[in-house]
Amino acid sequence: MENSPVENLAAEEYENERVPEKAQKGPSSFWGMYAGEHTAGTEFMIGPLFVAFGVGFGDLILGLILGNFAAVLTWRYLTTTVAMRTRYTLYHKLEMICGRRLVSGYNLANGLLFCFLAGAMVTVSATAVGVPFENVQMPSFNDTMPTGLAWSVVVVIIGAVMTLVATRGYATVAKVANYAAPWMFLIFIAAALATIPKLDSRQVNDIWTGIPTGDNMKIGFWGVFFFAWFCNAAMHLGMSDMSVLRYARKASSGWAPAAGMYLGHCIAWICASLLFAYQIQRFGDAASPAPGPMVFEAIGWVGLICVVIAGWTTANPTIYRAGLAFQGVLPKLSRAKATLAAGAVCTIAGLFPAFAMQLLDFVGIYGMVLAPVGAIIVVDVFLADKLGIAQDPAAQGGLSFNMAALIAWVVPAAIGFWAVGFFEMPLPTYATLPVWIGSGICYIILSKILYAKPVKAVQTA
Amino acid sequence: MKNLAIILGAIALLGTIVPPTLFLMDGMAEGTMKLTMLIACVVWFVTAPVWMRAR
Repeated sequence: MENSPVENLAAEEYENERVPEKAQKGPSSFWGMYAGEHTAGTEFMIGPLFVAFGVGFGDLILGLILGNFAAVLTWRYLTTTVAMRTRYTLYHKLEMICGRRLVSGYNLANGLLFCFLAGAMVTVSATAVGVPFENVQMPSFNDTMPTGLAWSVVVVIIGAVMTLVATRGYATVAKVANYAAPWMFLIFIAAALATIPKLDSRQVNDIWTGIPTGDNMKIGFWGVFFFAWFCNAAMHLGMSDMSVLRYARKASSGWAPAAGMYLGHCIAWICASLLFAYQIQRFGDAASPAPGPMVFEAIGWVGLICVVIAGWTTANPTIYRAGLAFQGVLPKLSRAKATLAAGAVCTIAGLFPAFAMQLLDFVGIYGMVLAPVGAIIVVDVFLADKLGIAQDPAAQGGLSFNMAALIAWVVPAAIGFWAVGFFEMPLPTYATLPVWIGSGICYIILSKILYAKPVKAVQTA
Repeated sequence: MKNLAIILGAIALLGTIVPPTLFLMDGMAEGTMKLTMLIACVVWFVTAPVWMRAR
């Protein structure tokens, strides 16, 4: 998942214009950022959830290697290509295609999802801050509601502090995230190393048993593969990382996400999953995947510091960006007020452990809601001319609302939601790719009907 | 100053990963491991800003 450093590159420069050649950067600028971005607080939750969903060792390793490779290829050959060809932010390109009003809808969806993601990180941090206090009851896997007054007080305090810091921007937190990144990655490995001697059995099949806990569905290779590929679908398929990769001087910068995928989404997830496997060996189905107590038991106070920093450095920029998204919907709202509103929603979400404990589902939904707009952009950039449909119809035709884009975004996503339930898919990430392709096809057909010829094409000729 | 910070930072990273490795190999007690890692954490966050800023 994501952290803050990459934001430094996507700073609010060239918001409404192409990134000029002088501002473009070489591949080295991207590798470190992606490595730090994807070793974050969410990793502490995702690894254990794989164990809870009964992933076996072979499926875990193979699924992570191949799924992350697919994600890297998507970043390299799709997102980077589009980003370098347009050199615009996602928001600006989307406005050129869909019109300002539809971008507001995207901002609202994005802002709310950011709030819930940040809320999950507040929950993660609370599991660490609450460890020294006996009254704080840690959430278990099945907890969806606040576990008590003491838990709620801890969450509200953390949420309030994070929100107040976020109203002042994220420069300081971004610096802390940069400082913490190499150390945090080693903490994941250290916690796993310190847990191994405590295991009843060191046989991999006794650690990753392949048996789901409680009522969880079992996922195997394909579950891990699709999750690894699409947990950041909003960033690559959904083109959110256009904002970053538009600065790339060379296409080889598109390989940089590999650092984040294989350090964070492979090694860190495996290490975090080992911690929970140990808890299951001790407590069976009653084991809690709350990161704080697990890491504290493995490596002590330094583990709690790591969980708090990981949660904080993920939540803080997320609250800030949610505030920006809300401000995009209501431009008259000051940035501070928009951030406070985002922080309030995030803190309320953090009270409910459901967002953290069901993070695999939430991340899948996040991708399914936001990725379809990327399909619309891909059609516009690569296929519009060849298929005889208008490129950038809103910008060229003065549209404030592109109906074809709205339907192509909402209908496939809604069908995807329905399909996940109807076909009893273990995770929403199974449906991400069909939804994305469906959105692209839908946009082509509707654009052919509604915008068969370039709108006011003569003006651009 | 920068060089000293780099050296101390490197030692701090070693102090983060070596103790659990020794604990795994039964070469260090759990309490010592946790204390060493905590000290390494403090050293890292003191030194990292110095050399990262100077970079």
